[in-house]
Amino acid sequence: MKRINWRIWAGFILSLVAGFSYPFVFVRWPITREFPWANLLLFAIAIVLLFLGLRRAFKPDKRIVSKIFSSLAAAFGVFMLAALLFLIFVMGSWLPPSSAAPQVGQKAPDFTLTDANDKQVALAQLLTEPLNNKPTKAVLLIFYRGYW
Amino acid sequence: MGISVDSPEQTRKHMVQEAGYPFTFLSDPTLETIGRYDLVHVKELASGKDISRPAEFLLDPSGTVRWRMVTENFFVIARPEQVLEAAKALP
Repeated sequence: MKRINWRIWAGFILSLVAGFSYPFVFVRWPITREFPWANLLLFAIAIVLLFLGLRRAFKPDKRIVSKIFSSLAAAFGVFMLAALLFLIFVMGSWLPPSSAAPQVGQKAPDFTLTDANDKQVALAQLLTEPLNNKPTKAVLLIFYRGYW
Repeated sequence: MGISVDSPEQTRKHMVQEAGYPFTFLSDPTLETIGRYDLVHVKELASGKDISRPAEFLLDPSGTVRWRMVTENFFVIARPEQVLEAAKALP
């Protein structure tokens, strides 16, 4: 009886899930974004399955087609893992130097920009205007990449 | 307060209406302010545009920087608890 090599299929699908769950799910929380624990755990299981599937496919009684398919599936799993690590640890640090950004102890440059209600807002105004009838204690400037 | 290259309409739709953030968002589509803070990320790979790199500055009422985080990896940005701890240290 011919039996399906479920380990290689499970390993292949799990490596897809392990890769794509980072940008679509785990990127949302700092603890799973800064270091991809959750994805590495999924990849570890995927790689074990791929390894077991590969070992099975390379038994002498197996056909050449299943040897080729299993090898491709295993290579894909390893590629997905490498791509995720490259994205986070290499591409994530492709940032320009910001040596002239204000340092601790320096005055932050003032600016006036348009807010989400099309009103002009100046930093000086945010620093001095009372918030909920209490004097402003601090202002946090968050520069971010955009909504996308 | 948040600053990005997004237009006021994009910010209103995505950050205020969809995400529900209650704080002020400012738009800097010409990167004038982002440039003054030396945070311009020229031709960013994913968007293909000039955008701001992530950075956070905590200012006291005189406008002096009391704490900052200029990340070396854009998957790592300031966590709320880090900012709160820095804010507690202010007078």
